[in-house]
Amino acid sequence: MHRTKEPALKAVATPYNRALHRFAVFTASATFVLIVAGALVTSNDAGLSVPDWPTSFGYLIKVPHWVGGTRFEWSHRMIAGFVATFTVVLAVWTWLAERRRWLRILALAAFGTVLAQAVLGGLTVLFYQPPAVSAAHAALAQTFFCIAVAIALFTGRRWVEEVPRVELDTRRPSLITLTLLSIFVLYVQLILGAMFRHKGMSWWPHVLHAAIVTIVLTWTAVRAVSLYSKIEAVRRPAVILLSLLMAQLCLGFMAFLTRVAWGHDAVQPELPMVISTVAHVAVGALLLATAAVLAIQVWRHVPVAFEEPVPSGQRKPVAA
Amino acid sequence: MNKKAWVGTLGVLCLLGLWLLVGCSKKETPAEQPAAPAAAQPAATPIDPNTVASVSGTVKFDGAAPKAQKIDMSQDPACKGTNTAETVVVDGGNVANVFVYVKDGLGNRTFDVPTQAAVIDQQGCRYHPHVLGVMAGQTVQIKNEDQTTHNIHPTPKDNREWNESQPPAAAPIEKNFAREEIMLPVKCNQHPWMKMYVNVVKSPFYAVTGPDGKYEIKGLPPGDYTLAFVHEKLGEQDQKVTLAAKDSKTVDTSFKQ
Repeated sequence: MHRTKEPALKAVATPYNRALHRFAVFTASATFVLIVAGALVTSNDAGLSVPDWPTSFGYLIKVPHWVGGTRFEWSHRMIAGFVATFTVVLAVWTWLAERRRWLRILALAAFGTVLAQAVLGGLTVLFYQPPAVSAAHAALAQTFFCIAVAIALFTGRRWVEEVPRVELDTRRPSLITLTLLSIFVLYVQLILGAMFRHKGMSWWPHVLHAAIVTIVLTWTAVRAVSLYSKIEAVRRPAVILLSLLMAQLCLGFMAFLTRVAWGHDAVQPELPMVISTVAHVAVGALLLATAAVLAIQVWRHVPVAFEEPVPSGQRKPVAA
Repeated sequence: MNKKAWVGTLGVLCLLGLWLLVGCSKKETPAEQPAAPAAAQPAATPIDPNTVASVSGTVKFDGAAPKAQKIDMSQDPACKGTNTAETVVVDGGNVANVFVYVKDGLGNRTFDVPTQAAVIDQQGCRYHPHVLGVMAGQTVQIKNEDQTTHNIHPTPKDNREWNESQPPAAAPIEKNFAREEIMLPVKCNQHPWMKMYVNVVKSPFYAVTGPDGKYEIKGLPPGDYTLAFVHEKLGEQDQKVTLAAKDSKTVDTSFKQ
């Protein structure tokens, strides 16, 4: 039996589902709020203020005394519960309403990621925040955010209904290679930052790697903006990427000053330390998601032009 | 390989990866430590009470004393204690909260573990005392006298880590630490300024300096000893002392930042 292959990420005959798209955007936004809530837990050193898991002080839902570190940890757990529920709804809805098979699989993958994320969150509590597990929890959170943003993008009217404007990429390294490299260096930076935040590593690998991230992201964004400015779907995320990079560098500097330079002897997390580190995490998540969106749009709009190599013996002489 | 086999293999690999992640990053957790002292303790080496000596002294701070950092307790209305940190407490040039113990010179002597529990009291959202000395295996009793929930979370290097919540008026928690460990941090994740240090040693020859910087260690058998003065922030200083029978010597030291 022959099966027709669905072209990857191409707009097949699928109707735009406004409600599903809005719900996907809502889930992605809720995930961003969850990342901020998680960053607040770490920045306030409140990760183990609720010592049990999956219950909280022995209960699944009961609101505890709303003071101290519990405020951050418990609200993080509740928002995580809501996001997990939204993800289940999104996965089921996508599975039932969506014609694109790969998108249905992506929605299922989102559910699997949120499940793995919950397990990592539990392990970090039960094993008293081992740096590798806590860092994996932080990294997977942003991976899930990228998946949620991608689903929101794929269900959008523009993605579903527009005929993509395509320009072939003949430069090497290709723009798609640069965007994938951007995602890779951002991911490495995320892991280094998370390891530092969870006391598994010194600050300097994260700071040194920031220089590499800056070079790669600037190269990618400048290439995209300078050569493909007519393709709005590519230009817009590239400009946002560059803007977020600038903001992130400033926030990283502030976080370094407040936490490493001035705050290493602090008796408790201070407000400037909390604000700068949480903002640094939040903008980092937006940066990674923007890089993912740029990579997707580049894949769609700027495919790589391949030259078929011809063996030298088969070349025919051509008359001048 | 068919699709089901691929999915199965991927699932097993994911589980294996998760297990490795936890296994690789898990701190070494020594065996469970029951609150009651271990049953088979070796008999204590006898000490002749007619020959015992003592050592005492004062711990001073060189230079201008650092200004105590302020604590912001506003996140919990039940916390109404004094609002300065106890990281470095210097009064009139005398350093408080220095743990002094016999680091070396006792040889293979063994000592009875006290049957009386050492007490940590949570009052005014602070730990009392800030620095505690106990013998390995000695019961540590933790009380909560505040009208708020605390969690007690020791973060040891050589002992078992634990984290327990203690609501207001709850029964005291009783634990012990099986292995020798100096300046073992204990913290409360509810109130991030709450920190204290437990020092677990094998002998009863230890003391903690009071607000006047003074300490005294009594009942030492004659011998050559190394005294260690350990401070959570200022570090460690060692001093040698030789004690003859019934000696009473003074060993002072000083720290600087």
